[in-house]
Amino acid sequence: MALTQSDIDTEIDELQHAYDKERAAGAPPRSHPARDYAPYRSSLLRHPRQPLVAVDGGDPETVELAGPVFGPTDITETDNDLTRQHAGEPLGERITVSGRLLDRAGRPVRGQLIELWQANASGRYAHLRDQHPAPLDPNFTGVGRTLTDDKGRYTFTTVKPGAYPWRNHANAWRPAHIHFSVFGTAFTQRLVTQMYFPGDPLFVHDPILRSVTDPAARERLVARYDHALSRPEFSLGYAWDIVLDGPSATWIEEGR
Amino acid sequence: MTPLPTPSHTVGPFYGYALPFPEGERMAPHGHPDRIVLHGHVYDGAGAPVPDALLDFWQAAPDGSLAGAPGSMRRDPVTGGHLGRNGTDFTGFGRVATDADGHYALSTLPPGNTGLPYISVCVFARGLLHHLFTRAYLRDGADILLDSLPAERRATLVARPDERAAPRTYRFDIRLQGEGETVFLEFT
Ligand SMILES: [Fe+3]
Repeated sequence: MALTQSDIDTEIDELQHAYDKERAAGAPPRSHPARDYAPYRSSLLRHPRQPLVAVDGGDPETVELAGPVFGPTDITETDNDLTRQHAGEPLGERITVSGRLLDRAGRPVRGQLIELWQANASGRYAHLRDQHPAPLDPNFTGVGRTLTDDKGRYTFTTVKPGAYPWRNHANAWRPAHIHFSVFGTAFTQRLVTQMYFPGDPLFVHDPILRSVTDPAARERLVARYDHALSRPEFSLGYAWDIVLDGPSATWIEEGR
Repeated sequence: MTPLPTPSHTVGPFYGYALPFPEGERMAPHGHPDRIVLHGHVYDGAGAPVPDALLDFWQAAPDGSLAGAPGSMRRDPVTGGHLGRNGTDFTGFGRVATDADGHYALSTLPPGNTGLPYISVCVFARGLLHHLFTRAYLRDGADILLDSLPAERRATLVARPDERAAPRTYRFDIRLQGEGETVFLEFT
């Protein structure tokens, strides 16, 4: 029998309860999801069973304390405007997404690459294997790139992506989200994540969002509507700051 | 107050039209005589190849520099397309998506880092809620990390010369789970 949403909700609740109990007993908050979060079925065969092996990031010769660099040759001027990549205008609600890229010390991370990809306004990816029978938009690919400025700020213009079904269980739907891929000054700060929109009723049912069991950490994945970012007669604004993790060595020393 | 980190999330199945870029796998400048190839498969806990993994690679330049260089994703300001690498600079960064067989191949130059030469690997895939770091060492020898591991686990970090495939070619398979599970790292 196919797994239902209520089966998955029960699993999600059990793991949430276990986390809440740990916290009540004094365990520190966990910002990141567990790698073996069973309600997300694809994680079952793809997480290591052995514990991660600690590498002391205090050694300045650790290769991972440096990282790749990108420059103006790696992006074009329209890469951060996903509404201008085709001859015509894409369908959907135009949005401006902007925020700062910070390290764990709260300092701006400058000149680093942010890549973004998303479904179109109907919830369909421009990917051959996306079989969701929602329309493709010939005027929307859904890929953007930018470099953070000298204040660590980034800005994208795009359209609000639609929710879409997936095959984790029967009637599974992902809340609307934008995928982000981010580099810091150290390879150890590498981050791939997803940004959500405030108040989405699908949050509670989504095993990917709920894999982050800390409620405050989940909040950090949700952008804030920001009227000051809304552009008159053009787009609605969403603010979303990204904070890179990484060993203390990457945020105690001055970043470049 | 110091901010708390943004949680990691899976790359999902549909990054393929967004993250891979032309010549992502070709870190070595065209025709460079020192070119090496690192290749292998990514497997899941059932031993099945993973056809939707994305691997980011980062390494020291042959002279040991960790400064990196821009230009991995060099773009064409006229068409907006990708130009490929400039043919001379070594950026230290590569990116390869596994193919339908779960196989990847990276062409690069020998890393010149202090100590045993290694290439740092960051693994993303559908099903991985949080990426995984590992290292492909190009030879065995004295090393703080390797020496801390039992022999069986140590072997998962050492790429094997694969001269049957081609000269200067190394094999490095990544097993996400189970028998022969690759050692994955956390930086503290
Ligand atoms: Fe998605």
